[in-house]
Amino acid sequence: MSGEPLLRVEGVSKAFGGVLALSAVDLDVHTGDIVGIIGPNGSGKTTLVNAITGFIKVDHGRVSFKGHDITNWKPHKIADMGLTRTFQVMRPYYSLPAFKNLIVPLFSRRARRTGGWRGGGKMGSRDTVAVDILEEIGFERDSYVPYKVASSLPTGYLKRLELARCLALRPEVVICDEVFSGLSMSEMASMVPLIEKLQMEGITLIMVEHRLRELFRLANRVVVLNFGCKIAEGTAEEVMAYKEVKEAYFGSEEVLTYV
Amino acid sequence: MEILIYGIINSVQLVLMALGFTLVYGVSRLPNFAHGALYVLAGYMTWLLVNRVGLNYPLSMAVALVLTGLIGAAMYHFILVRVRGMAISEIIASYAIGLAIIEGLRWGGLKGGTFTLPSFVEGSVSLLGVSVDYQRLIVVVAGLILVALLWLFVSGTKLGLGLKGMAQDEQAAMTLGIDSDRMAVVSMAIGSVLAGVAALVLLPLGSIVVEAGYRVLIMAVAVCVVGGLGSWNGAILAAFIIGFAQILTERYLGAHYQIVVALLAIIITLVMRPSGLFGRQKELEERV
Amino acid sequence: MSVVKQDRRKERVDRGIKVRTDGVYAVSSWAEITYLLLPRMVLILGLLLAPVVLTAFPYWQRVLSHICVYALLAIGFDFLANFVGLVSLGGGLYIGVGAYIAALLNSHYGLPPYVTVPVATLAGAGLCTVILLPCLPLRGVYFAIVSLMFPLLAPRIIEALDIFGGTDGIVGLDGFPSGWVEQYLMIGCVLIAVFALRRMVTEDVGLVFRGVKDNDQAVKASGIDITTYKALGVFIAAVLGCLAGACLAHIYMWAGISQFGLDYSIIPIAATVVGGGGTLIGAVIGCVILVPISELLRDFGTLRIAVYALILTGFIVYKSEGIMTYVTRKYEQFERWVEI
Repeated sequence: MSGEPLLRVEGVSKAFGGVLALSAVDLDVHTGDIVGIIGPNGSGKTTLVNAITGFIKVDHGRVSFKGHDITNWKPHKIADMGLTRTFQVMRPYYSLPAFKNLIVPLFSRRARRTGGWRGGGKMGSRDTVAVDILEEIGFERDSYVPYKVASSLPTGYLKRLELARCLALRPEVVICDEVFSGLSMSEMASMVPLIEKLQMEGITLIMVEHRLRELFRLANRVVVLNFGCKIAEGTAEEVMAYKEVKEAYFGSEEVLTYV
Repeated sequence: MEILIYGIINSVQLVLMALGFTLVYGVSRLPNFAHGALYVLAGYMTWLLVNRVGLNYPLSMAVALVLTGLIGAAMYHFILVRVRGMAISEIIASYAIGLAIIEGLRWGGLKGGTFTLPSFVEGSVSLLGVSVDYQRLIVVVAGLILVALLWLFVSGTKLGLGLKGMAQDEQAAMTLGIDSDRMAVVSMAIGSVLAGVAALVLLPLGSIVVEAGYRVLIMAVAVCVVGGLGSWNGAILAAFIIGFAQILTERYLGAHYQIVVALLAIIITLVMRPSGLFGRQKELEERV
Repeated sequence: MSVVKQDRRKERVDRGIKVRTDGVYAVSSWAEITYLLLPRMVLILGLLLAPVVLTAFPYWQRVLSHICVYALLAIGFDFLANFVGLVSLGGGLYIGVGAYIAALLNSHYGLPPYVTVPVATLAGAGLCTVILLPCLPLRGVYFAIVSLMFPLLAPRIIEALDIFGGTDGIVGLDGFPSGWVEQYLMIGCVLIAVFALRRMVTEDVGLVFRGVKDNDQAVKASGIDITTYKALGVFIAAVLGCLAGACLAHIYMWAGISQFGLDYSIIPIAATVVGGGGTLIGAVIGCVILVPISELLRDFGTLRIAVYALILTGFIVYKSEGIMTYVTRKYEQFERWVEI
């Protein structure tokens, strides 16, 4: 990878009270990457996502996207630039049918400008676009699934719905906060090709994960966080070789269950 | 000097008004908007007991306080418990009960003539060249005693520790075998008694008027919001800030602005620092 | 579905229209059209005919105007609380601002009501939105507390600064040309407001508003500025409130500090709770019920406030769905007991 990175995080720090949740984290993401972020619980992964996407204000450091300094911008402006995220705890609009969930992102300025995912500039009816997006992401169009109320959908579909919400904005970067967690084996098996498909569409992905096996299949670069510090970076094999990583993460029993 | 002394007195008055409100909110996250109504009610009941039933003054006060506590507990047990957890319904329901009490009193009791409670001790004393009547000194002393008692109760007794546990983490407290509804009833009862105590010490300074219900509510809310809802230290600090601010404005701008100070304090605090002076970071994130 | 005994349960079955999904009907007969239109027509015709019916009772015609004033406020409250998620306890602010702007334009510049009302509506709504703008990031209880403070603050400031006529208010405004104009103007506004807002909340914009209420993080992550939409929501509610306030000033031919009063904050809330929150029409129905009660109790002074505070408590605690939701359910579904 060479040239100016698409997303650059430089020395980002964030403290909650006395606890340093992130300390001087650097991260470069280039167009077309799938970057994995891993680390034990409480290592600051989600905080990093929140810091990049503007959901928390950082204390120090700089985040730049496409050459613009987006540090501490408001979340909606960052999303408007094409940097979107999913939430670890899914946040669908439970009382609405699944496809209606996409009306909100499709109503945004960015979606109107870009026509939504695949939309050619001008958008038709938002409902139609929404169902199109859901079909792409694995909701069977002719079944009743896209029309079911979100609260009645199983986790697998809700995770997809989270992704669909990002895609409705026609994003350049999607940050996935644990899309694999809580999925059954078969749901996971169908999620992996979906992520690969998104990469081929030209979407850059950052994946925060606990599921190392799936992540290592997908990611071309992995960053390891522990106690808010970046302790390793490289390909899956490279980070696995780090002594600190083994100590911090793989020394535990988790290595046996996951890898 | 006068500003200092009257500032302290005024601040302690605010502490008294706010203690009950902040206790209830701190323990059970219930904004008791009927607080002001309980204040007036306690005063009116004492007046009734003294002047209509003919009990002597101290006994009337004791009976009135017990009744106020019971009313508070009943209010929670029969009504508010059904809307627990729905923040807006809690506000609307408690505010409506308060309105019903206040406006009911205005219609049925407190009209025509003035209603006053006698001072505990008549006369005044000169403090550092400022004349202060005994009742105002009693207010300060009562305020200090109440805060001390409350502190002892909360950190010394089992019930108090239960309340404290609820205040810090309701769900964790429940897993430890603390009955959250019972604690909420207890906190409402204590909070109501505190409103009553405030009324009994403060009312001899003036007369019992229904408007006091609204004024006390505004002041209690102002103090608690500025201090950080549910934080006792914050409430006391805020009471002093607002108390002195009021005395200063009264002195240099006119009495009209007194309540404006409190309202502005709320608005400014919430806009600048929504969690209040002593509010917790976690709450801040939930709120904004 | 409530389970009463172990071996029986209540079952609810839709009736009336055979084919429908959420709000979309396939109408296939006159009976079904009637079924759909009847409740709407009862409301519309009922309100439109009310002034004619009440011709013989001028006092109750005036009450009708009051109902409309409160209904506009209540619709705004319901919209803001149940679709945008901002519970504004300070309806008096809108009324007061609208009334004072209309009064100033009328008394100082001599503008007639048909100019002052629209101007006061828009300018007042703008002003209210600007006043509330710093409070928009606050949620729930906190927004409620601050919004309650503004209408309490405004009269004190007017009193203290002795502006706008001080405690006397601004008197001697022009009234509406006739009672008929007044009533039909108000009724028209209420009907337009109710049906326009009901339409809007089901459109895509309405979904964004509901998103802001239920799920603001996801809305932010969708590239939409929630503050803009909250401000828009407040503006809409303020338009209704200021319109009501401006009309009120011309109805009474007077604007004063009592228009920031408690009545305008509490009745709309009570009406919405009684009528059924989140239905918009419920807010109107609530006003139709509560305002006359309040008028009947006028002789008892402040007892009326106590009475509707009690009604409010009763509904919020024991029947929180409200009349409208209840009646809709009864109208659209029938219940029967089935053996399990």
